[in-house]
Amino acid sequence: MSALAPAVPHLTGHASPRTHGVARRVPWVPIALTSAALAFLALFLLVPLAAVFVEAFRKGAAVYWKAVIEPDAVSALQLTLLAAAIAVPLNLVFGVAAAWAIAKFDFRGKSLLITLIDLPFSVSPVISGLIYVLVFGLQGWLGPTLAGFDTQVIFAVPGIVLATIFVTFPFVARELIPLMQAQGREEEEAAAVLGASGWQTLWHVTLPNVKWGLLYGVILCNARAMGEFGAVSVVSGHIRGLTNTLPLHVEILYNEYQFAAAFACASLLAFLALITLAIKSAVEQHATAA
Amino acid sequence: MASQADTPQIPPGLPFAKGGVLPCGPCLALGVSADGPEKTTSLRSHADVGTSPFAKGGWRGIFGGHNAKTSTATVHIAQRNPSVLPGFHLALGFTIFYLSLIVLIPLSAAFIKTFTLTWEVFWATVSAPRVVASYGLTFRTALLAAGINAVFGLLVAWVLVRYKFPGKKIIDALVDLPFALPTAVAGIALTAVYATNGWLGQPLSEAGIKVAFTPLGILVALTFIGLPFVVRTVQPVLEDLEAELEEAAHSLGATPWQTFAQVIFPTVLPAVVTGFTLAFARALGEYGSVIFIAGNMPMVSEITPLLIITKLEQYDYAGATAIAVVMLVASFLLLFAINALQWWARRRRGLEGA
Repeated sequence: MSALAPAVPHLTGHASPRTHGVARRVPWVPIALTSAALAFLALFLLVPLAAVFVEAFRKGAAVYWKAVIEPDAVSALQLTLLAAAIAVPLNLVFGVAAAWAIAKFDFRGKSLLITLIDLPFSVSPVISGLIYVLVFGLQGWLGPTLAGFDTQVIFAVPGIVLATIFVTFPFVARELIPLMQAQGREEEEAAAVLGASGWQTLWHVTLPNVKWGLLYGVILCNARAMGEFGAVSVVSGHIRGLTNTLPLHVEILYNEYQFAAAFACASLLAFLALITLAIKSAVEQHATAA
Repeated sequence: MASQADTPQIPPGLPFAKGGVLPCGPCLALGVSADGPEKTTSLRSHADVGTSPFAKGGWRGIFGGHNAKTSTATVHIAQRNPSVLPGFHLALGFTIFYLSLIVLIPLSAAFIKTFTLTWEVFWATVSAPRVVASYGLTFRTALLAAGINAVFGLLVAWVLVRYKFPGKKIIDALVDLPFALPTAVAGIALTAVYATNGWLGQPLSEAGIKVAFTPLGILVALTFIGLPFVVRTVQPVLEDLEAELEEAAHSLGATPWQTFAQVIFPTVLPAVVTGFTLAFARALGEYGSVIFIAGNMPMVSEITPLLIITKLEQYDYAGATAIAVVMLVASFLLLFAINALQWWARRRRGLEGA
C-alpha cells in the first residue's frame, strides 16, 4: 500500500485546478488528517496497550514475577494452551474440507452453507456458551446421560474446549474459501488427470497455493482461541486450578482487587497478541510478495 | 482414495474423454478463454505432457504460466461440467457433519428450549423493563460506536493508504490489536485508563466528564473492539482505486474536496457501510471488554449479554434463553443484511470496474 503513496501524491496536495498541474502543495491537509487519525489510534489503541504493561509493573518486577509463576496462573495458562491446541487443528481440518467442497465443486445451497459457516461470528460470546450449557448442562439434553457415565462437560475442561471451538469455528474456512475460489480448479484438475490421487492433489497442489492464507487464518483462530472470554466464562464455572483459563484468571484477580497481579497476567496475553500481530503482518507481506 | 491415482475420474461430459486423450486442465482453460470452447480440440497435441510429470514434481514449471485472469474468465464454463476432482462427498460430508455438531445442533437447542415456555412467560421475560432498558442501551451504544468507527475508520484507512509517515507499518499492524487482544484484557486496560484516577479519566473527570462506570465507558469499549472493521474493509478498496479517475476529475477542474466527495466517497461507500454493519454486529454481542468498564447498573449501564449471565447465575435457564433468542434473531437479521450489503458492494464495484 505504501507503493501507492508516491504514485498519487498530487491528488491530496494540490491547491487549485488553475495551477495547471504544477501542484502547489498545501501540506496542512495531509498533516491534519494524519494527526487526527494518529490521535484517534493513540487514544483507543496505544494508551490502553501501554496501560496494561505499566499497571503490570506498577508494584515492581518481584510482584509481577510472583503473579505469573503462581500455580493458579500456570494452570490457567496450561488450560488456555490446551484449549487452543485442540480447537485450532480441528477448525483447520474443517476449514480445508469446507473450502475444498465449496471452491472446487458446484452444488445447490452453496451460499447457504457459506452463511451458516459464518454464523458463529454473529452470535454473542455469551450465547455461544449458553447453547452448550443447554445441550450438556445438568438440565440439558445430554446432561443426565453424561452424569450417568460420571462425565461432566459443563463446568469442566471439555465444555471450555467446545466453546473455544465454536467461537473460532469460521476463521480458517473464511480465509480459505474466497482464496481457493479465486484460484479456480484448473491446477487441481491438471493434477487429477495426470494421475494424482485426491490426497496428493490436496497436499502437493492446493495446500502450497493457499499456505499463506491458511497460516493467516490459523494465526487469527489461535489468537481468538487463547483470548476468548465470554463463551468460556459461561461454561467454565471458574474453578481455580481446574477450569480457569488465563483470561478468566485475569477477571478473578481483578475482581479481588489484585490489580497488579491481574495486569501481570493480562500482560502475558497482551504480549501474545503483539506476537500475533507481528507474525500476521509478516505473513501478509509474504503473501503480497508471492 | 489413494487407489484413484491410476484411474483419474473423467466424467463423460468432458469433450476429450472419448478420444482417449487426457484433457489438460490449464490448457483447456487457456484454450477456452482464448478461442471459445469449440476450438479446444486443437489442444490435443498438448496431451504428451500428461505422461507423468506429476510424480517428478515437474508440473509446476509446465503450468506455471497460467494466471488468475484466465481462470476467472473460464469459471462459468468450467462450472457447467461436473468436476473431475475427487473427494467431494468426503469434504462436504465432513463439513456438514462438523457444522451440525458444533454449530447447528447447539444453536437449535436455544430455540427448542424457548418452546418450553408459554408465550406469556416468554413475552414477560423479554419485555421486562430492565431487559428493555438493556436492549436500548446495547443498541444505542453499539450504533454510536459503529458510527464513530465509520468516520474514523475511513480516516485511518485513507491516511494509511495515501500518506507516508514514520512508523506507518507498525501503526498499520496495530490496527488489528482489538482482534488479537483478549477482550478481558481490553476491558481492564480501558477501565484503568478511563477511571477517575486514570491517565485519561482524571483530566476528563476534572472537566466534568465521567467515562468509566457510565454508558460513555461502554461506548469507549465498543469503539475499541469495532475499530478494525471499517479500516480493514475500506483499505483494499482505496488501494484499488484507479488513479485515472482522480486525475480526470482534477483535470476537469474539480477541487480536492469535490474529487473526494463526488469520485472517491461513492466508490468506498459500500465498504464503509459493510464495515459499519460488521462493527455494529460485533458490538451488539460484546461482553468481555464491556463488563469491566460499564459499572453494570440495572436500567442505566447494564448490557443485554450481561443480563443473560445474570439469569444463568440464578439458574433461570429458560429466562436466559428467551433473551438469547431475541438477540440471536436480531443478529441473524444483521447477518442477512451484511450478506446483502456485500453482494451490493461486489456488484457496484463490478459495474464501476467495467
